Amino acid sequence: MMKLLNKLIGWIDERFPLVSTWKAHASEYYAPKNFNFWYFFGALALLVLVIQIASGIFLTMNYKPDALFAFASVEYIMRDVQWGWLLRYIHSTGASMFFVVIYLHMFRGLMYGSYRKPRELLWIIGMIIYLALMAEAFMGYLLPWGQMSFWGAQVIINLFSSVPFIGPDLALMIRGDFVVSDTTLNRFFALHVIAIPLILVLIVVAHLVALHEVGSNNPDGIEIKKHKDANGHPLDGIPFHPYYTVKDSVGVVGFLIVFCAIIFFAPDMGGYFLEYNNFVPANPMKTPEHIAPVWYFTPYYAILRAVPPMFGSQFPGVIAMGVATVIIFFLPWLDRGKVKSIRYRGPIYKTFLALFVISFVGLGWLGLLPATPTYTMISRILAVVYFAFFLLMPWYTRIDRCKAEPDRVTFK
Amino acid sequence: MKAINKLRILVLFWMLPAIAIASEGGVHLDKAPINLKDTAALQRGAKLFTTRCLACHSASYMRYNRLRDIGMGEAQIKKELELPEDVKLGSTMQAAMDASAAKLAFGVAPPDLSVIARSRSADWLYTYMRTFYAAPDRASGWDNLAFPSVGMPHALADLQGELKLQVETHEGHTTRKLVLDKPGSLQPAEYDAAIADLTNYLVFMSDPSKLVRPGLGYLVLGFLAVLLVLAYALKKEIWKDVH
Amino acid sequence: MTDNVNLSKRRLLIAATTAAGGVAAAGAGAPFVLSLMPSERAKAAGAPVEVDLSKLEPGAMMSVEWQGKPVWIVRRTPEMLELLAKHDDLLADPGSTVPQQPDYSNNTARSIKPEYFVVLGICTHLGCSPTFRPETAPADLGADWAGGWFCPCHGSRFDLAGRVYKDVPAPTNLIIPPHKYLSDGRLLIGDDSKGAA
Repeated sequence: MMKLLNKLIGWIDERFPLVSTWKAHASEYYAPKNFNFWYFFGALALLVLVIQIASGIFLTMNYKPDALFAFASVEYIMRDVQWGWLLRYIHSTGASMFFVVIYLHMFRGLMYGSYRKPRELLWIIGMIIYLALMAEAFMGYLLPWGQMSFWGAQVIINLFSSVPFIGPDLALMIRGDFVVSDTTLNRFFALHVIAIPLILVLIVVAHLVALHEVGSNNPDGIEIKKHKDANGHPLDGIPFHPYYTVKDSVGVVGFLIVFCAIIFFAPDMGGYFLEYNNFVPANPMKTPEHIAPVWYFTPYYAILRAVPPMFGSQFPGVIAMGVATVIIFFLPWLDRGKVKSIRYRGPIYKTFLALFVISFVGLGWLGLLPATPTYTMISRILAVVYFAFFLLMPWYTRIDRCKAEPDRVTFK
Repeated sequence: MKAINKLRILVLFWMLPAIAIASEGGVHLDKAPINLKDTAALQRGAKLFTTRCLACHSASYMRYNRLRDIGMGEAQIKKELELPEDVKLGSTMQAAMDASAAKLAFGVAPPDLSVIARSRSADWLYTYMRTFYAAPDRASGWDNLAFPSVGMPHALADLQGELKLQVETHEGHTTRKLVLDKPGSLQPAEYDAAIADLTNYLVFMSDPSKLVRPGLGYLVLGFLAVLLVLAYALKKEIWKDVH
Repeated sequence: MTDNVNLSKRRLLIAATTAAGGVAAAGAGAPFVLSLMPSERAKAAGAPVEVDLSKLEPGAMMSVEWQGKPVWIVRRTPEMLELLAKHDDLLADPGSTVPQQPDYSNNTARSIKPEYFVVLGICTHLGCSPTFRPETAPADLGADWAGGWFCPCHGSRFDLAGRVYKDVPAPTNLIIPPHKYLSDGRLLIGDDSKGAA
């Protein structure tokens, strides 16, 4: 039996780099041995991607991208398709959990300076994944064709029409119609089920290839490649397989417990994962009283609303929103700290990071609420904090009093 | 200990928006006594729904034979819901009234009620169906506390009777109260119970998977808990190598 | 690296975790596979069909849809029934030995009541729907034709009891779907259970 298997592997290996790929990316990929809790989220993001693709394929088998039938086809999945409700709740919960995982993954990068040299490109590829994911989620949200789907898309697409000169035509081109319509639904469906997922998978592969080229960072923010043994393996590194495959399995099961608890006991998540108004079919004649994007977009939405119209145009707000996402790309060059990890940073960086987390969560919260004058004022303050974190970074990271990094990683 | 603190912070971040939303809202809503395990109540609600609400509203994503989920057999469905001979049990619940005729009569087409308990909360439905009051100046003759200027007349007035709105002003505080003017065929407590049944049914109908989800959920979580223990033990074992 | 390691404990843990993980994967996969089965809508559309036979004239055929497939009902005249017994030598399976019908239809007329013939209108060759040709000995079908169905796709022939002729592509007689009489003039196609209608 084993002999036969070895023969088969040998046969394949002569024609395809099977064993060498496995070695390069798993059994002989040396990862730092001091990964903590925060290092689960990369593997979990990959898991959620697989879950979303699998459940998405099966939903596509029963969903109809047609303004007349879309809403009904979702209810058809929920009621008539055998186990359809489970597939749908997996997909809707997966969408939100994707962002939970990605945000925690990105926060890990912030804490331990994982974007710093030599991982700048890794960070940029990751940011592209994040943007693609936002596009994917936005387009997917139109598909159930409920009131929030419709009006959410209407509002966001109208943002594009505030772009000077080409704006109105740009919005028209995105919609393919004068309002969000059947045409828009159909093209969003095409983009959501094939175009963007294809790109996502490709850049996720690129993200992994880049990671394995430079090697993983770790909570100490120091390079394990500095100290190697006689065989050229990092002294503080351990092979990804089996050590991190078994460790990540624990993370995966832990994550699945949370995931399944939501699916089986609270798939609406109190209206945050599935908005109540989205159970009313889209009606272009009637706007719901209060429109809020799904929670993962609300920090940017709050920034958009925080910027007042200038020169009779919404465009400055749109710019601010765009800059709020794009600025994250530049982190590798904004950070001038002597150390990477928060463990050895000084009090100034820690304060700024804490303020940044407060501003991001606060903006996310405010983005869900109706814009009252008080809330708008708070949004403005938080938006300033948000941008200050990035724009002042070259200054405060340089003057911050860092502790000395250790020579070897801290383990146990 | 540190990990637990971190978790606690995470959970807190999660709950922030929930707390915020809970403090919103205008009219006071009564708490609907929802119990999806009460099959008898669900069946009474189903009966009230099909014999009364279906006159004008459809539930076009709900099939009659789906009532088997709440323990109703085919013969029972046909008999108790007073279905016409030609209605097939596999068909969806369609309004007796034509949609365009209904739009003429009420100004708006009566909405489909399949998922109404998901867009409106159970508490809202429970309050709404109990707070119609006579408003002679309105075309329908009715208004509603939970839904001001509602297009729908009080369809269950024969059961509840007629309520009247009393506005009292005490030291600048206005309170709006409904009092029974003409009694209906049910006592107020009986009517509340009937509406509780109806709301219960609407909640079931809005997502029939609610009946199976918790049971299946405990099974899945139980299994995953076992898997977690195994995976953790394996991790501990393998990591003995790492010094 | 492997000093002080209890290998058998390690092997046991690997086996147990893999097995439990496998069960989890199978459990997660099952709903996906089961979602491919007919939905409630498909089942409702495929539900038994009631047919009113009162309007069907002698010698005529009506077609009803059951599970998206045509079901034919022919009200056979006494002459047609008489002809059925006279061409056994031309048929591939005159005695209906191949189980293409419920037991209650396993007779010469292949029906519960000889007068009414209920049959699934799909050729047993490759699934075309044959043409009803009740007349005897037309010019194009030859002198031996005693009425029945002719499949335009590949020339298969069936008599008025849906029995296949010899030397045609179709291998077996036409399928008789489950059915029962609710009353004299009312037929239910797709359900032959006793008791509840």
